[in-house]
Amino acid sequence: MWSYTFRRVLMTIPTLLLVITVCYLMLHATPGGPFDGERKVSAAVMANLQAKYHLDLPLWQQYLYYLKSLLQGDLGASFRYADWSVNDLVAKALPVSLTIGGGSLLISVLIGVLLGTVAALRQNSIVDYFVMLLGNVGSAFPSFVIGPVLILVFAIWLGWMPAGGWDGFDVRYMILPMALLTFINVSTIGRVMRGSLIEVLNSNFIRTARAKGLPLRTIVVRHALKPALLPVVSVIGPLAISSITSAVVTESVFSLPGLGKLIVNGASNRDYTLVLGLVVLVTVVAVLLNLLVDLAYALLDPKIRY
Amino acid sequence: MLFRSKQSALAGTLDNALNNAPVEGRSPWVDARRRFFRNKAAVASMIILTLITLACIFGPMVLPHSYEDTDWEAMSMPPTTLNMHFFGTDELGRDLLVRCLIGGRISLMVGLLATIASVTIGIVWGATAGFIGGKVDAFMMRLVDMMYAVPYLLIAILMVTLLGREFYLVVLTITVFSWMDMARVVRGQTLSIKSKEYVEAARAIGVSTPKLIFRHVVPNLLGIVVIYTTVTVPGVILTESVLSFLGLGVQEPMTSWGVLIEDGTGVMETTPWILLFPAGLLSVTLYCANYIGDGMRDALDPKDR
Amino acid sequence: MSLLKVNDLGVQFQTHDGFVYAVNGVNFELDRGQTLGIVGESGSGKSQSVLAMMGLLAKNGRTTGEALYKGKNLLTMSPREMNRIRGDRVSMIFQDPMTSLNPYLTVERQMTEVLELHKNMTRKAAKKRAIELLEAVRIPEAARRIDMYPHEFSGGMRQRVMIAMALLCEPEVLIADEPTTALDVTVQAQILSLLKDLQRDFGTAIIMITHDLGVVAGLCENVMVMYGGRVMEYGSANDIFYHPSHPYTIGLLGALPRLDHEGGELMSIPGNPPNMANLPKGCPFSERCSFASEQCVNELPPLVPSTAGSTVLRACHRPAEQLAQLSEEVVHG
Repeated sequence: MWSYTFRRVLMTIPTLLLVITVCYLMLHATPGGPFDGERKVSAAVMANLQAKYHLDLPLWQQYLYYLKSLLQGDLGASFRYADWSVNDLVAKALPVSLTIGGGSLLISVLIGVLLGTVAALRQNSIVDYFVMLLGNVGSAFPSFVIGPVLILVFAIWLGWMPAGGWDGFDVRYMILPMALLTFINVSTIGRVMRGSLIEVLNSNFIRTARAKGLPLRTIVVRHALKPALLPVVSVIGPLAISSITSAVVTESVFSLPGLGKLIVNGASNRDYTLVLGLVVLVTVVAVLLNLLVDLAYALLDPKIRY
Repeated sequence: MLFRSKQSALAGTLDNALNNAPVEGRSPWVDARRRFFRNKAAVASMIILTLITLACIFGPMVLPHSYEDTDWEAMSMPPTTLNMHFFGTDELGRDLLVRCLIGGRISLMVGLLATIASVTIGIVWGATAGFIGGKVDAFMMRLVDMMYAVPYLLIAILMVTLLGREFYLVVLTITVFSWMDMARVVRGQTLSIKSKEYVEAARAIGVSTPKLIFRHVVPNLLGIVVIYTTVTVPGVILTESVLSFLGLGVQEPMTSWGVLIEDGTGVMETTPWILLFPAGLLSVTLYCANYIGDGMRDALDPKDR
Repeated sequence: MSLLKVNDLGVQFQTHDGFVYAVNGVNFELDRGQTLGIVGESGSGKSQSVLAMMGLLAKNGRTTGEALYKGKNLLTMSPREMNRIRGDRVSMIFQDPMTSLNPYLTVERQMTEVLELHKNMTRKAAKKRAIELLEAVRIPEAARRIDMYPHEFSGGMRQRVMIAMALLCEPEVLIADEPTTALDVTVQAQILSLLKDLQRDFGTAIIMITHDLGVVAGLCENVMVMYGGRVMEYGSANDIFYHPSHPYTIGLLGALPRLDHEGGELMSIPGNPPNMANLPKGCPFSERCSFASEQCVNELPPLVPSTAGSTVLRACHRPAEQLAQLSEEVVHG
């Protein structure tokens, strides 16, 4: 297991390096970009850029300095704000994104597995139809359509919740965005869980378990749940990545001051270095998430030999 | 004689099989088409999608408004027959129906172009990797794995920020992150076709590798390519609208469904139809595209044959 | 009262095109220590009839008739009652050892749970007993291997694990559904002699389902030959093997390679196994039977003693004497 983990960790390095290098070089090659000679920025920003990116050195030395500062956890300087480094901006935005994104992912795994299980055990019941409907709706209606509709109904017409914004960690501001993200994730997890549990329940080893005289509950909990969860675990990786996408949209829809909002604002301000820093950060997070999912899968499946 | 020898029994079986076989040969494509047209949801989706496409192409020519002219008599007007504003107007008095149709042109056009581009890249990439195999294959597929692990929207945002928001640049950005599914599937299929006898025969008589790929492998990939193409279309349209919604897609005065939805969100408190019409159009399109994809899969999937 | 008595058992499946009658009118009795062989091609209904008795039919399956275990009907039992009997008093070995064990649980867990459930044993005591049984089915280093996962065992070893698992509670009836089909010939022989030994030691009654007549000859006292969901012939193994009187049985025996005499070509039965959704009105075998008459095609032959007072039951319109000569030729070359 340890050697497998080690090898798997090693494999993430080329991915990270590739993304960082490509993005960095793209930034360099952009005319009018931050590393172009003819930029019109304030003297204070200039000084920051010079300090962080060593613009007077040859390109390969600049690149190595950049990698070094990344390794030290320094994401760089903002191209627009003299008083804020990328780290400062991230420190303010990250808790918001983590609460909304991470929280809803946890909730949706719980709800999704539960709904999928019930749907598989009671095929053609109301719960089953609900899960299928959810899967259908979730795949056709994008988050930026459902989000505004949620606001329209619950904030504007019914007036139960604020239409957006953020106030410390006031729960009322979290409900709608989290509901939106949870809905999107549950629609996938529920569908996958339902399908995989039905398949597992039709397998030969479940027939053996029934022939042993085990009650249904033991069969499901002890024999069927683990193999049925494997496909769910393997969609959590891609799901977490698409969650980042939906989080960007969600934060936009509900004007939450999270990473997604930061990157969209950065992009429309043409704050290149901020966007670069955020892309690197989120890529690292995504790659690590994938790593965790792979390791969890290896732990669950005894057939994987390390 | 009660029992025939093995040989004559075999002949009997053959005879039987021949008698049971349908009289005329049917190609798998005819078969698939028949199956597809039996699927009512898929056929209905196809009709609706065709109607939407036709409306987007010809609607703006027929309707008496242009997408950027202000109707001073009707601003923020709900759907009405007055001055033929069937979807109402926005806060600048622009006709929403025409704007939706023009936006649809862009959305569908981006969808079409990005799909063609990413399908082409995916086929070439996957077929090459699968056919050459070995280290080249391992390297090429490793790259695909990497692309999957990357949060593509953020990189797309970075690309759009750097490159600009021209129409073709948006298409390019979307393409870069949409070809991997196809590459994977095509590679898998190529690997299995590669070991078939007719390919080995062609190789034995000295057909060159590129020729082999395009003459023998690619035509046999058609079924799976059709399925994954129909699956790619809604994904690509969705990505375009996400970018537009975030204000990073095509630029004013051009518009697309994502842009219109974003505009609508801003004013939904007072004039919700400005949000609901483009949102509805996009959703219906995605829904139909998904159903057509499902129908194609059911019709062509060799597993069900 | 016999241990297991099956009366007019029928199995139907609901499909898109109406009901398919997979099993019709199966009768047999089984006592302690006896072995019954059920023989037939795939689709003959042999597996479905025992799955029905175990309550393991697919969701769209229905049963008719009765299967009495010590006088209690297994077919109409509540799931609760059923769960008390199956795995404990009646247990089953499945065809494919590769997929019939849970790949995600250790062998230990899969075995001990049976004893915990039916015998209220502690996990520790159950493990001890499970190791004993693994040793009884001749798994080397049982104490060490019991903590492994099924994929770490070979096919033959897995089938032994299945057998040990089925014998944990010393069942009165053991149903073996083609237990050797998926295995190598040498392993087959080992498994069969193992079953014989176990039957001697535990006094278990065995129902052996197979399409392999060699297996039946070595193990069974009584044989039931099925075709198209119906019983064709039923009698003692000696009678069926040495004096077959049903065209289908004769055909099966003729298709068997033999070492003990020089023969001509192997016989084969012409045609294909029947389409269960579309059986002929009369005898299901009539389509492939060279003796078939108008009557065979139109009228179902009843399962009756082959001659007055005989213990052999057969379902054929042709008189037994007429086929005796042919059977002589096939059996004795």
